[in-house]
Amino acid sequence: MNGHRNAFLDGLALLGQAAMAAAAHSGQMVLFTGHLLWRLLPAWTRPRLIVQELYAIGVLSLVIILISGGFVGLVLGLQGYNILSKFNATESLGVMVALSLVRELGPVVTALLFAGRAGSAVTAEIALMKTTEQLSAMEMMAVDPLRRVVAPRFWGAVFSMPLLAGLFSLVGIAGGYFIGVVVLGVDPASYWGQIQQQMQPVDDVLNGVIKSLVFGAVIGLIAVFEGFNAEPTSLGISRATTRTVVLSSLSVLGLDFILTAWMFGA
Amino acid sequence: MMTSDSYITFENVRFSRGKNRIFDGVNIAIPRGKITAIMGPSGTGKTTLLRLIGGQIKPDSGTVRVDGLDVGRASSKSLLAMRRRLGMLFQNGALFTDLTAAENVAFPLREHSRLPEPMIQRMVTLKLQAVGLLEAAGHMPAALSGGMARRVALARALALDPELMLYDEPFTGQDPINVGVLLRLIASLNQALGLTSVLVSHDVTEALSIADYVVVLNQARIVASGSPDALRAQMSGNTFLRQFLEGAPDDDHSELGQRSARNFAEALGLLPRPDRAATASRRREVR
Repeated sequence: MNGHRNAFLDGLALLGQAAMAAAAHSGQMVLFTGHLLWRLLPAWTRPRLIVQELYAIGVLSLVIILISGGFVGLVLGLQGYNILSKFNATESLGVMVALSLVRELGPVVTALLFAGRAGSAVTAEIALMKTTEQLSAMEMMAVDPLRRVVAPRFWGAVFSMPLLAGLFSLVGIAGGYFIGVVVLGVDPASYWGQIQQQMQPVDDVLNGVIKSLVFGAVIGLIAVFEGFNAEPTSLGISRATTRTVVLSSLSVLGLDFILTAWMFGA
Repeated sequence: MMTSDSYITFENVRFSRGKNRIFDGVNIAIPRGKITAIMGPSGTGKTTLLRLIGGQIKPDSGTVRVDGLDVGRASSKSLLAMRRRLGMLFQNGALFTDLTAAENVAFPLREHSRLPEPMIQRMVTLKLQAVGLLEAAGHMPAALSGGMARRVALARALALDPELMLYDEPFTGQDPINVGVLLRLIASLNQALGLTSVLVSHDVTEALSIADYVVVLNQARIVASGSPDALRAQMSGNTFLRQFLEGAPDDDHSELGQRSARNFAEALGLLPRPDRAATASRRREVR
């Protein structure tokens, strides 16, 4: 009986410790965000650093984004054709593929891939700089690492995401065209025509851009925070990169629901 | 030794990390224009002391002053201004791995000056020449040996012509030739540029050979301080100091220490195991 009671109390203590650790982590993140916000505008005095990060974070993620966009478009085209053909509505394949991509799959799948490809790289890079005392050395040289290292990477993530999501959607629409029009024989004029008629610049395109901007900011923030606050050991770096991918992915999916309810909800 | 000639002073400084007390009411005065060696066994907070000087961490109580500035209470603006006047050589060099050796040296110049690029290049050349590594200017840090990386880091630390140089374990992991090169560089730079240098090290012979003033730390307190000769004179009356400076092994006369030494000797087969010895004597009795 006593054994059960002790096990229960141990479990409760562990739960309490985990809750305290999570609360401390969240508090640290809020503080970090506050410090970072003060440095976001001053970082623009060195635009070259932000351009460098756009290349490292955005351009170097292009291959995985474009290939994934192509495959997602092919699958959407195939599935869409099968469903729409049951209702004799295959001429709507273009708009179905385009809306699915621009409103949802473009921002969300790009964000998930982006978290895995660029978010983890940013975290590992900053954490390694911390481990090898490069950030400390900067501080001692009177150079603010938040402004010099962290803020440009955050901006790089914010600006890369909408551009990558846009390209993902474009390649996806092309993939849908290939499978629908070239392979399955859907009328090309219907494919493009329906897209032109049905897609709304504000409701669909702008909302998709807003989503990807929000996702970029969230992934950027999580990536730089986890890197900056990583324990300076190899295990610490490994944990930080894992946390970046897990937290970013969950945040993207959760935020997507909230944003979708706000933008497209009844 | 608190005089107006002190560049850095620690006044009754206390600092803890978690439950671990690192400094317990430490008073140190580091003289201006001299090389001061802070020595002590590993884990005595020597690097922490450098971080307190740089204002990266604040003392729990007490005051750390650098050229009159109370770094624990200074505004971030005056702290940044103070850091521009100091250079620090980190234990592993802490070179920026995505920049070449020359770009590393140019980094503080580009950050803190609006000098034209040809002028920066010329200054970088001079700094690399001073540490004898001009030929390595285009190398990435990964392509440099440990000793070369530390000398590039020294050139970078000197880039802004600091008044104060902090050296964190500069000789650790270096071969004897590199140690000699670093010793000569630290001493000659200090003299030529009129710097105040703080050298944190547990390499006794090397540190004592160039230091003007030495502070020995142990268990959160100062054990001894003074010139190297004064320290040697204190050795006879200070067991820890003698042991540290001579590198003598622990003379642990406690019961636990004696038992541990006996167990170790038994494990190595230098002493007969008590259980085996008892069995052997019983056998003898039976016979």
